[in-house]
Amino acid sequence: MKWYSKLVLPVLFIVAWDIAATLINNAFVLPRVVSVLAIFTTPFEDMFSFGSLAENSIISIYRVSLGFIIACVIAVPLGILLGRYQIFEDFSDGLIQILRPIPPIAWVPLSLAWFGIGFAAIEFIIVIGCTFPILVNTIDGVKRVKKSWIETAMIYRANEWQVMNKVIVPAAGPAIWSGLRVGFGIAWMSVVAAEMLPGTTQGLGYLIMQTYGWGQIQVVIAGMVAIGIIGVLMDLFFQFVQKHKFRWESLDK
Amino acid sequence: MTDCDKIWVRVEHATKKFSTRKGEIVALEDVNLEIHEGQFVCLLGPSGCGKTTLHRMIGGLDIPTSGTIMIDGKVVDGPSPKMTMVFQEYSLYPWRTVAENVGLGLEMNDIPAKERLTEVMRELKLVGLDNFADSYPYELSGGMRQRAAVARALVTDPAIMLMDEPFGALDAQTRNKMQRELLSIWQETMKTILFVTHSVDEAVYLADKIVILTPRPGTVHEIYEIDLPRPRDRTSVEFAHIRKSLLHTIEELEAGNENI
Repeated sequence: MKWYSKLVLPVLFIVAWDIAATLINNAFVLPRVVSVLAIFTTPFEDMFSFGSLAENSIISIYRVSLGFIIACVIAVPLGILLGRYQIFEDFSDGLIQILRPIPPIAWVPLSLAWFGIGFAAIEFIIVIGCTFPILVNTIDGVKRVKKSWIETAMIYRANEWQVMNKVIVPAAGPAIWSGLRVGFGIAWMSVVAAEMLPGTTQGLGYLIMQTYGWGQIQVVIAGMVAIGIIGVLMDLFFQFVQKHKFRWESLDK
Repeated sequence: MTDCDKIWVRVEHATKKFSTRKGEIVALEDVNLEIHEGQFVCLLGPSGCGKTTLHRMIGGLDIPTSGTIMIDGKVVDGPSPKMTMVFQEYSLYPWRTVAENVGLGLEMNDIPAKERLTEVMRELKLVGLDNFADSYPYELSGGMRQRAAVARALVTDPAIMLMDEPFGALDAQTRNKMQRELLSIWQETMKTILFVTHSVDEAVYLADKIVILTPRPGTVHEIYEIDLPRPRDRTSVEFAHIRKSLLHTIEELEAGNENI
């Protein structure tokens, strides 16, 4: 498949949207494509005193990055530990399996109760959301490290730290990385949802909710498009690293 | 050929039992074995006879249920520094280059990078891979990968090399070539080698001494000394004669055990 064949459906989609918008002829239901594009030509312009598109995007990216890093710091070492030592996993598996399917949004009331309205509550929701995919992928990756790889290190009398450092972590690297990729996707969804909560004063989710209240649907859609574009760019970064750093995984037979 | 007095490996009354869902399985029973310095010993036997289990116990990756295994007079309770192992396949780290793989044993012993490289290049030259130091394992053929595995085993200069069907996954032609190369490395480095195989042909070509194991429970059926001069000619009458007699023994052992 050629790269441009990926563009066929999006282009058709945009054309259909514009035709529909023209037929509906009501900007409060569906604005024209141009009115949304116009917002992207002036990304630094303040939107009805709710801040600019760029400014709110940066705030969201900052929030999600911080939450994601906190989740990594918790979930990766914990996952390595649980994957390496069966006894820890037996012990914690029940709790993980129960907590894992709870969507991040379901944590909203509790996070508000614990942290109040604001930054800490948003971060909590992000951390909760992306910890589990990272944790589960890390555990799985560590458990699937080939026994012969570990035994090879043991033959050379590697100590436990060397086994971790030189075998387990690099061998589980691709699985951990794909956990990070999934985790980041969930974190990004969580931040936008969290920003829609009452009491927030910044971020893409905030911009979308507030401009919706003012009937500015073209800004709502522009915010959604920005969420999509940023998500795709982030995912491309994860894919790029996966392709280059972990090339061995797909080539090793 | 080189039959000095020093005994590097001594197995005394080694028994290994595994408990499975179907009950206890006796993998090895009362195995006795001595390997002298510089010997090339092949462990030969039908599949399921516990060759690999015995091999792993000598390597310190498994412990016998009863009996003792000694390397250089010391009871084995973990991988010995005097010994190294070469596995059948998949033991090179795919995220490391060939040179980084070969240097693994030195790295684990905290040898500085510069010294490591000198040693690594020497071993790579010995196995004919000096032009592939910066390649990754997946860029090499099966035969080259096993050469790299042999280089990795040699780099820590162990007295004993334990090899578990190292050429089992290779095509016949590559396999013969690797056997020739291994013999020349063995003659050059004076290592003591314990080589697991299920191929009679391979054992007769390589070994000074062939240890034939019986099917489960595995025990030493016969120790067969081969004093054909090297390089051995696979097409010679003597070679064919030994091979025939060993094949006959193995077939009899297998016939006596229908549940393989």
